[in-house]
Amino acid sequence: MKHNKTAPDRYLTGFKDGLPIALGYLSVSFTFGITAVGMGIPPLAAVLISMTNLTSAGQLAGVTIISAGGGFLETALAQFIINLRYALMSLSLSQKLNGKYSTLHRIISSFGITDEIFAVASGKSGEISPKYMYGLITLPYIFWAAGTAAGAFLGKVLPENIKSALGIAIYGMFIAIVIPPAKKSKGVLVTAAAAAALSCLIYYVPLFQGISSGISVIICTVIAAAVGALLFPRKEKEEEQNV
Amino acid sequence: MSDAAYLYLSIAVMAVVTYLIRMIPLTVFRKKIKSKFILDFLYYVPYAVLSAMTIPAVFYSGNSVIGAAAGVVVAVILAFFERGLLTVAVFACGGVFLTEFLMQFF
Repeated sequence: MKHNKTAPDRYLTGFKDGLPIALGYLSVSFTFGITAVGMGIPPLAAVLISMTNLTSAGQLAGVTIISAGGGFLETALAQFIINLRYALMSLSLSQKLNGKYSTLHRIISSFGITDEIFAVASGKSGEISPKYMYGLITLPYIFWAAGTAAGAFLGKVLPENIKSALGIAIYGMFIAIVIPPAKKSKGVLVTAAAAAALSCLIYYVPLFQGISSGISVIICTVIAAAVGALLFPRKEKEEEQNV
Repeated sequence: MSDAAYLYLSIAVMAVVTYLIRMIPLTVFRKKIKSKFILDFLYYVPYAVLSAMTIPAVFYSGNSVIGAAAGVVVAVILAFFERGLLTVAVFACGGVFLTEFLMQFF
């Protein structure tokens, strides 16, 4: 992340920052397109889901419920639980928006808050402008839709070993976001380690088998971030740089 | 209700719920939060989210745990040396592909 005071104000800066996210999304949305069509969702409906939802875990849960003929309440509840982390991210990001961020800009740009877009935006030093946010969202949105279309229409012709390798792309991106700050900040390191340990606990211990992946992420996040905030409160100087 | 109506209504439900979760906190919270604890908590949120989503799910992202583990090692090393997001993601995929390719011979 560049530490340039004026940079986060520009559309083009955001646009460029969005490119690596977009390319990561291409492989993930491609996989989603293949999966959705495999579950009996028409290709165009799969693309529509990506264009209106812009979220990996929620979409996957959504098509799983739809293909099983689940009710609207189940669909709504699953989305609410799995995507509740975005509320935490929006709340976090609301502290970083500059004076140009009107209500209208908030209503429009909030649509584009994803794990990665949030991570990149919150990693920028200084405040975020609407222009920067729109720039950041542009390419990931287009590639998310395009990748879904490609997977939905062409997925069947792709060899199995390529599909397997593409599955790690999104996680590779997550690792690239977490590790550099974890090297510099003991708080980030401990928070990330605590979240990983809790996540494994919920995943592997039979007692917690009933907890869905969406709820698991919420539990791990709330506990680990609270541990980080309690044990490693940031100094005033760090706050100026990051929030 | 027809199958098409069910499908598109379900998609609408997904989209509306997901949008409101993102929109309401960003639009309602106009004031800067004063609480030091909440600010620190929110600062740590993204790292907790990404870490919890990655581990242990990443190890089941492909055809084999060993292939995925090789991809993780590649990603961690490159991330440690602060390579960009795209570089890390692409080489992680390459690591999985190569490992799973070599595994055929053992």
